Amino acid sequence: MKIAGAVIALALALALQTTLTRFAVAGTGAVDVVLVAVVYVALTTGPVGGMLSGTVVGLIQDTLSSGVVGIGGLAKTLVGFLVGAFGQQFIVTATLPRLVMFVAATALHAVVFMGLYVALGLRVFESPWKAIASQALVNAVIGLISFAVIESLPGALERRRGRRGGRR
Amino acid sequence: MALLDIRQRTGWLFLAVIVGHIVLISAQVNSRRGVPILEEVTFGAFAEVQRASAQVVGSVREGWQNYFALQEIRHENADLKQRVAQLEIRLQQERAKAEETRTLQQLLSLHQETAPSTAAANVIGASADAYFRTISIDKGTADGLAQDMSVIAPAGVVGRVILPTRRAAKVQLLIDRNAAAAAMIERSRAQGVVLGTGTGTLTMAYLPGTADIKVGDRVVTSGIDRIYPKGFLIGQIESLQRGAGEFSGIVIRPAVDFSSLESVLVVTGAPPGTDVPADRTR
Repeated sequence: MKIAGAVIALALALALQTTLTRFAVAGTGAVDVVLVAVVYVALTTGPVGGMLSGTVVGLIQDTLSSGVVGIGGLAKTLVGFLVGAFGQQFIVTATLPRLVMFVAATALHAVVFMGLYVALGLRVFESPWKAIASQALVNAVIGLISFAVIESLPGALERRRGRRGGRR
Repeated sequence: MALLDIRQRTGWLFLAVIVGHIVLISAQVNSRRGVPILEEVTFGAFAEVQRASAQVVGSVREGWQNYFALQEIRHENADLKQRVAQLEIRLQQERAKAEETRTLQQLLSLHQETAPSTAAANVIGASADAYFRTISIDKGTADGLAQDMSVIAPAGVVGRVILPTRRAAKVQLLIDRNAAAAAMIERSRAQGVVLGTGTGTLTMAYLPGTADIKVGDRVVTSGIDRIYPKGFLIGQIESLQRGAGEFSGIVIRPAVDFSSLESVLVVTGAPPGTDVPADRTR
């Protein structure tokens, strides 16, 4: 059930990212829904789930972009593994720790992604800190909302069933 | 069974995945060949998903609009938009030709110009990564598209085809960090190269320090890169700085609004007189 949920979340995130990116083309790095999904999977399944989901969607993202295949995969693998490991060691269920996780994950992803491109001499990123900060904030907000929605679903369904049973 | 349980081999698995990525990246960075097969196969497969999701989104949006708008007026409006688009492209060509004629008055051998042959395509998706500026379109090699064909819109230049598959193609937008186009100032004919910045603007490089340029000048394609046909509008100079005898920090506002692209035209054959390679025309 957990695996099916993770696969659905990642596929949805990929579809959403490829559909929405073109509408926000003017803002560099405005949002990375796929990264949000990787962090979500890592926090709910652990380091292995986070790492594997990061690898798969990272590589898919790379092949759908025009960059070097593997750089995004490597960045998301690292993020998935570390977030998963952190989530196993500490309690990350309150809003503030989750917010910190999403912000830290976005920052780590950006540092690895851009760092590799710069180290390999493939691209230059001029003062990207503003873009990273805005992406971290947007990712965190989307992540927190997603967590809240997903966690409220079982209770909402239960209440609905209860109301139907009461009417009969 | 415990030996096969990957949850007990997390460290080794992590190491293997990281090494795999490094090998993958190294292989690409070292080689100077064309597009990786993995990229082409994945893009080809995912383009179908993008096509399906674009169709779903398109049909939902269309249904919504049809419900609230007067259908007849909408169709008439679409026809008029298409006509305006064609006329705008025609106008750009005529304007470029007029400028050229003015500066080359001695040349009396005028040649007749025909419009470039184009294929209309719909945008079905965008880059999965916010750091790259690409879009996916619903036309591919089956419709006559090939790599490096230029992509335009009524407002101006959009980009070029970088990965054509049978039923879809990936287009690198001109605002991508790795994109470039040979260009010139329409008024003074000063030539340079327009470069993408990865943000919403463009910049221009390799302009001679003595070039006559000013804020508000229109920048058009020069055609010498053998990708973009000559005379198509790229954008307008928004700001510039001159330092130590040469220009620096030329900011160009693109003519095309890349955030609202829905359909584009792919130049499949060039008109006579342009520098697009003959082997690309069909």
